[in-house]
Amino acid sequence: MPEAPLTSKTSAPAPPKTPPATRSSVAMGRAAFMRLLWPLVALAAVLLWNLAFSPGFFHIEVRDGHLYGSLIDIANRAAPVMLTALGMTLVLATFGVDLSVGAVMAIAGAVAALVVEPRGGVAAILLALAASLAAGLWNGVLVAYLDIQPIVATLILMVAGRGIAQLLTNGQIITFHNPVLETLGGGFFLGLPFPITLVAGVYVVLGLTVRRTALGLFIEAVGDNASASRYAGVPAARVKLLAYVICGLCAGLAGLIVTSDIRAADANNAGMYLELDAILAAVIGGTSLSGGRFNLLGALLGGLLIQSLTTTILTKGIPVQFTLVVKALVIIAVCLLQSEPLRRRFARQKAVEKREEAAA
Amino acid sequence: MPDLLVMQGVTKRFPGVVALDGVDFTVRAGEVHALMGENGAGKSTLLKVLTGVYPGDSGTITLDGQAIRPRSTGESQALGISAVYQEVNLIPHLSVAENVLLGRLPRKWGRIDWPTVRRRAEAALARLGLTLDVSRPLSSYSIALQQMTAIARALDVDAKLLILDEPTSSLDSDEVERLFSLMDRLKAQGLGIVFVTHFLDQVYRVSDRITVLRNGQLVGAYAANALPRGELVARMMGRSLQEVEAMRQTGARSDAERKAVTPFLTASRLGKRGSIEPFNLQVAAGEVLGLAGLLGSGRTEIARLLFGLDHPDTGELRLDGQPVRFSSPRAALDARFGFCPEDRKTDGIVPELSVRENIILALQARRGILRRLSDAAQAELADKYIRALRIATPDSERAIKNLSGGNQQKAILARWLAADPRFLILDEPTRGIDVGAKAEIEALVRNLCEEGVAILFISSELDELVRNTQRVLVLRDRRQVAELIGAQVNEPAIMSAIAGEAAPAPAGEATGGASVA
Repeated sequence: MPEAPLTSKTSAPAPPKTPPATRSSVAMGRAAFMRLLWPLVALAAVLLWNLAFSPGFFHIEVRDGHLYGSLIDIANRAAPVMLTALGMTLVLATFGVDLSVGAVMAIAGAVAALVVEPRGGVAAILLALAASLAAGLWNGVLVAYLDIQPIVATLILMVAGRGIAQLLTNGQIITFHNPVLETLGGGFFLGLPFPITLVAGVYVVLGLTVRRTALGLFIEAVGDNASASRYAGVPAARVKLLAYVICGLCAGLAGLIVTSDIRAADANNAGMYLELDAILAAVIGGTSLSGGRFNLLGALLGGLLIQSLTTTILTKGIPVQFTLVVKALVIIAVCLLQSEPLRRRFARQKAVEKREEAAA
Repeated sequence: MPDLLVMQGVTKRFPGVVALDGVDFTVRAGEVHALMGENGAGKSTLLKVLTGVYPGDSGTITLDGQAIRPRSTGESQALGISAVYQEVNLIPHLSVAENVLLGRLPRKWGRIDWPTVRRRAEAALARLGLTLDVSRPLSSYSIALQQMTAIARALDVDAKLLILDEPTSSLDSDEVERLFSLMDRLKAQGLGIVFVTHFLDQVYRVSDRITVLRNGQLVGAYAANALPRGELVARMMGRSLQEVEAMRQTGARSDAERKAVTPFLTASRLGKRGSIEPFNLQVAAGEVLGLAGLLGSGRTEIARLLFGLDHPDTGELRLDGQPVRFSSPRAALDARFGFCPEDRKTDGIVPELSVRENIILALQARRGILRRLSDAAQAELADKYIRALRIATPDSERAIKNLSGGNQQKAILARWLAADPRFLILDEPTRGIDVGAKAEIEALVRNLCEEGVAILFISSELDELVRNTQRVLVLRDRRQVAELIGAQVNEPAIMSAIAGEAAPAPAGEATGGASVA
């Protein structure tokens, strides 16, 4: 670390010194927790509702050394949304958006299905990830270096990408049999479905990447105030490019899981509308669409919340056509709880009531 | 000449501020009346009350002998008050004719009557002595002609009073001349024109009378030929000539105070078209170089060129004798430059981030993405500067948006100090902060230059320049007009250089030290 200059001469008698490191980490922990509070409450509410009304919802049994049960099933099925939401969180934090994640999922699945029979599972996975990396680079270059609005830039790949996937598969559903590739979506690791392991792994790697390097700070700075970041010398273009590349890779992994799960590449349906669930999960998790602070754990919670709602509706025998509406209602509730103006209004009202009480 | 517009005792309060305090303003028919004042003087508030953007809290407005109280721009236009603003508020891809008549296109049988549109637009332009192909899109004409189209539009509504707010700031000198002859022409037609500009030469070129505002109050209204430039500048800056005379006795600094130094940063004939005329500048280690001039005179433009935010199209910048070209602030940062910008809100703070993160941002940017400062190092740096600059915050994790303006400013200063600069640009570092914080920042500047940091100190406050700098470059109308050294650095000299008069000789023995505030 370079020596910071002077100023000691101007300093007044120093205030009592507190151990800085501990103080800051405690404060950081609390702020992060406050942002996660409402999604956690919502998730807990859905689960409690199930505890009361769905017997056996919390039942987990071990069969052949593998865990089975509704909770495991929710986490397993939420894996694609959680993965894409992790990448989306970083992109949203740069004050961007990536509408192409669903299409990138379809591309990754198509590439894997085409390659797996002649070249084997490992090559299929690597090539699919290479394709999604290329997709992320494309988005990133358009947004970061050519200054095209994110919504337009990624809309291009959202449309074109699915087209590319359909061209690759010739419009057919391509089925395959390959133990390696099938493990990704249907296998188990330490008793848990493999997708859950994968999400946990990506979360840890990503968390370390953004917090052990300066990437996280730069993403938040660029998303919160691009002009000030420029004055401060933050390499904004590189930071944005990285965010889109990471988002592409996450989408690619999600696409592999979906493809592996059904043992087929379905370019027409794989990842359809998943970009919207990913954005929703990220927003529920406390990342703002207007950029700035982000929260990876929140994105996972958001993904889990969306999936547990879907599963609850299905298992409770509520007519399927209610699914989207109920989902929307819960999500509106969470978003309203996070709305800053609404909170301020409540706070003001409370203050007024208090004052009136005091006056009375 | 009869009085066309009489505003009397106009007061406008905003929460916490009195923007206009009983201001009188009179414009006669057939005159160009310059409205002058520095930032926050109340010019735009006065015009906004006049055009009905804001209601005034008290006071009366009379136009042509009739009391008026416009409640919207539409109403004020109907009364004959038209305004043309700095940024042309027209629609580039529509035709000139449509732009002139937009919102009042003549109709026949429910359809737009295009022949009449064309005729009326041509007539409106002819009144300004212009013949344009009115069917071509507005964007196919120069900014100057677009501006004149805006004026034609303003006049098409039978205007009695025309407000031109900074109309010349995007025009070149030929275009400005053209606009001025147009203003002369309109004046002869009996129109009253209110002219707002930061260019002093232009004020004296076209104005008949001048009204000066300062801090929301009327300083006075003068005939242009009875108010010398020096006096105008003195009034805009809130000093009387007597005060200036008094300061002359104490304001000068001794040459002995100057250190014998060799510059490490040299700009020669550095310039950018439409932004700043070629200028020369040298800075040595441990020197504070001042940059004086009115708002819009090119001070910030120089800073932007030096810091790689803008790119020069002429001249050369040499650092330690080697020519350099900064492609971005990032490159300037690598050369250990720092820039504390004028607009703290948009270019300075990252509001949601903590004080700690704001402080370490520039240093971290120089280290790059991979070499992250450890948590402990970050906390230590943040706490060090919070203490050293006495930034009032409960802890370093507080979001910076929750701090007061002065403390935000100190945190941005801390950001650059933490990046260990050898050349630091401070653009209005004391704007909008309280007196105590000001004194602390000035003390900091002195300490920095004792440590060998070179500082470019940009300020509108003359006393601040005199106190803190050994050398001052003076800018006027985007041109470098003077360089004052040592004993010449005093308020009257700076003021007359800004005004464009011969600098008065420094009076008597230089006593050194600070001037009165």
